[in-house]
Amino acid sequence: MTALPEVSRTPRPGPSAPREYHFPRFERRKLANGMQLVVARVPKLPLATVVVLVDGGAVCDAEGYEGTAQLTAKMLLEGTERYDGAELAERIETLGASIEAGADWDAAAITMTTLVEHLSDAFDLLGEVVLSPAFSGRELERLKAERLAELLQLQAEPRGLADELFTKLLYAPGSRYARPEGGDEASVERINRQVIVDFYQARYLAGGTTVVVAGDITTERAEALVNQAFGKWEGRAPERVLADTRPARTERAVHLVVKSDAPQSELRIGHVGIPRNHPDFFPVNVMNALLGGLFNSRINLNLREAHAYTYGAFSGFEWRRQAGPFMVHTAVKSDITDAAARETLFEVDRIRAEAVTPDELSLATSYLTGVFPIRFETTTAIAAALSVLTLHGLPEDYYDRYRDNVASITVEKVLAAARKYLDPSALQMVVVGDPNIVRAPLEAMRFGPLLMYDTQGKPLT
Amino acid sequence: MRIPIETFRLQNGLFVSLSEDHTAPIVAVNLWYHVGSANEPPGRTGFAHLFEHMLFQGSADVQANEHFELVQRAGGTLNGSTWLERTNYFETLPSNQLELALWLEANRMGALLPAMTQQKLDTQRDVVKNERRWSMDNQPYGSWLEKLPALCFPSEHPFHHSLMGSMEDLTAASLDDVGQFFATFYTPDNAVLSIAGDFDPGNARRLVERHFGPIARGGHKPALPDMSLPPVFGQWKREVVPDDVMLPRLFLAFRSPAFGTAAYYPASVCGAILGLRNGSRLKRRLVREREVAAETTAFTFDLAKGSDLLVVDVTARPGVPAEQLEQEVALEIDALVRDGVTDAEVKRAVALIQTMFVSGMQEAGERADKLSMFATYFGDPNLLNEEVDRYRAVTAEQVNAFIAERLGENNRASLVYVPREEEPAELVGSGAAAEQR
Repeated sequence: MTALPEVSRTPRPGPSAPREYHFPRFERRKLANGMQLVVARVPKLPLATVVVLVDGGAVCDAEGYEGTAQLTAKMLLEGTERYDGAELAERIETLGASIEAGADWDAAAITMTTLVEHLSDAFDLLGEVVLSPAFSGRELERLKAERLAELLQLQAEPRGLADELFTKLLYAPGSRYARPEGGDEASVERINRQVIVDFYQARYLAGGTTVVVAGDITTERAEALVNQAFGKWEGRAPERVLADTRPARTERAVHLVVKSDAPQSELRIGHVGIPRNHPDFFPVNVMNALLGGLFNSRINLNLREAHAYTYGAFSGFEWRRQAGPFMVHTAVKSDITDAAARETLFEVDRIRAEAVTPDELSLATSYLTGVFPIRFETTTAIAAALSVLTLHGLPEDYYDRYRDNVASITVEKVLAAARKYLDPSALQMVVVGDPNIVRAPLEAMRFGPLLMYDTQGKPLT
Repeated sequence: MRIPIETFRLQNGLFVSLSEDHTAPIVAVNLWYHVGSANEPPGRTGFAHLFEHMLFQGSADVQANEHFELVQRAGGTLNGSTWLERTNYFETLPSNQLELALWLEANRMGALLPAMTQQKLDTQRDVVKNERRWSMDNQPYGSWLEKLPALCFPSEHPFHHSLMGSMEDLTAASLDDVGQFFATFYTPDNAVLSIAGDFDPGNARRLVERHFGPIARGGHKPALPDMSLPPVFGQWKREVVPDDVMLPRLFLAFRSPAFGTAAYYPASVCGAILGLRNGSRLKRRLVREREVAAETTAFTFDLAKGSDLLVVDVTARPGVPAEQLEQEVALEIDALVRDGVTDAEVKRAVALIQTMFVSGMQEAGERADKLSMFATYFGDPNLLNEEVDRYRAVTAEQVNAFIAERLGENNRASLVYVPREEEPAELVGSGAAAEQR
């Protein structure tokens, strides 16, 4: 150690007076064709983000045709009646606009960000993308091949594989949630052009669609642009589709996915959680922040800073319209996989056993309230927040009341949330790792029966 | 769009940029230290990054883990990152917490060493080893970030060795190294500070002077060796890496003009023409038309010293062997050398870059980081306001001149990942591959 230089140091400062912040004001309009419009004026820079939110998420996939929702959304950018895919990309990008189309569990979304000087032209192209897709057979075959490549890649990618297999093993086999969001090999191969066209006609309807606009634009102008680009669109809102959220098993089990010679184990521990639009969202969210949501959460301080088992360990609820997974995720050196699992279980038990301290609680609540304005610096983030509002039917003043709701959480509410929404007896553990190193120690934990799988998720005997 | 910028320098050499924006009560504090893996002494690969971890382990008046806790409790986000030429540390907070961030950064710049212990070093060493396993060793293609610079820079060049470091070198790092590295590189005259967002400039200046003013200047930083290199590799370099992957993937690198030079901008536009988004050449040709690639992209390392790298990154479609992938990519590059790019392609690339730039400027953290970058590399944060114009001035002629000079067969380096069982004998057996390993 070199000699320490003498330094003059200044005392730790406190905060100055805070300045008020409001989530951007937004307006809602209903258009003549039944479309909803949400506009937030954000005049900071000459930009706008537009999200077209369609009730065509992966939960709408027919059984055996999983992946239809994602392929349909992606096909929108692969050509329209006027332009083929390459020409379309060139036209949009020459405006400097970025455009993406995809589907998650709950909705299909086409998201576009552009400088406002090009907004009118970009809107016209967006309308064309959504209203007049060509659904070229050749482009569909190409996108299917790309999905199959993705599935193939997953087999050698422990991180993604662990996430995908955890979800698959968590839900009852018949549930849409038990199959990959983008479909598996068999279902993707089965999808043909007619399947896509049928899905599009059934789900892509004006009445079930919301357009969110955030940026340097007035509501009047946004409404005019939407009318110009989408005015001729028709159709009433389609019926909402729900997924079966029952778990695959009610008792604990270890699911070991064989990845021989892996230098690390990818570890996932969790169970079925709660839907996004749940009355206890706030206590659960604060509880999770303390358990494993923050860098200074119990799980990360334990596994990373105290034990150096990992580069990071976190927990989270995946928020969907229906109960998505609650999951702890980390990657640990193979030979301490059991120890890391044990420490994780210890933290789940501990947060259910006794109340957190007021000091600990205030870390989570002051973080969540303080960071609130920082979450909404961009038009993309504001449009996404308004999409969440729409998608989950949250109250219009949700973002105005967010910080008060967080601040109202007490240590008692955290304890109650942990006891009610964390269930140690239902936990499933997925490990992608080297069985020669991890199998015997995991069995010795007596967590539950140990089942083995290959990297495609097929059981091994 | 012009970002307001004012600058000053403290007596101890700390360079400071301020950029006011009162749209939201948010402020970003960003520090770049002009030290990265390029500055590591022999036998200490990975140390700059390990050291970055140590900066979150407290300082004279901050307990271990308290740095994260204080910023998060204040409602802020924070992190740090290490690159070949620099290490940065940054926080975005509610604007009434500006002084906390400045105090934390000043406390660790001025008085880190009293908080350093063997136990903290041992723990962070293990955390970093786990980071290496997570991001490289247990990740398909994860070693590319180590192997590509090793392939492209001569062995004695400061950009040659691994940023993440070898397990052996990480094991060897001692508390003495921590002290040396700190005294040598973590000094106010080797750092720049940027503040962007909602603050009063006069007040910010007073706070910076109060907290950073007393820190002593350094001045013992050893100069890097001459980093300049010939404009081209002089040969087609190649390394084949059999890895635990399902599909072949090619990283094709070209030596290119250093970041920030006049010649950099045509090179950057060329990269965007080749690989940025759906309308790019490689996406159109290799994914859409030829159907030989599953994914394509292109990027530059943005190295400001000596020379940069332009990299084309292409993953094969299932059934396409590595050899074919490499040939197909080479054909596209050859076509580019033969025919050049069009005005329309330049227009598309520049339009996308401009929108991305403006989008980035929405965030206080991004503004501050870019100010720090231009201040660190070129001593002039005002270059931030010239960035879009420099891109808009790029012509097809300039891009074609870059292509003619740099994309030929004498300036290519292929890093080819192949699934272990696929190993094409003719590639693996080649002298070039063996030499590079």
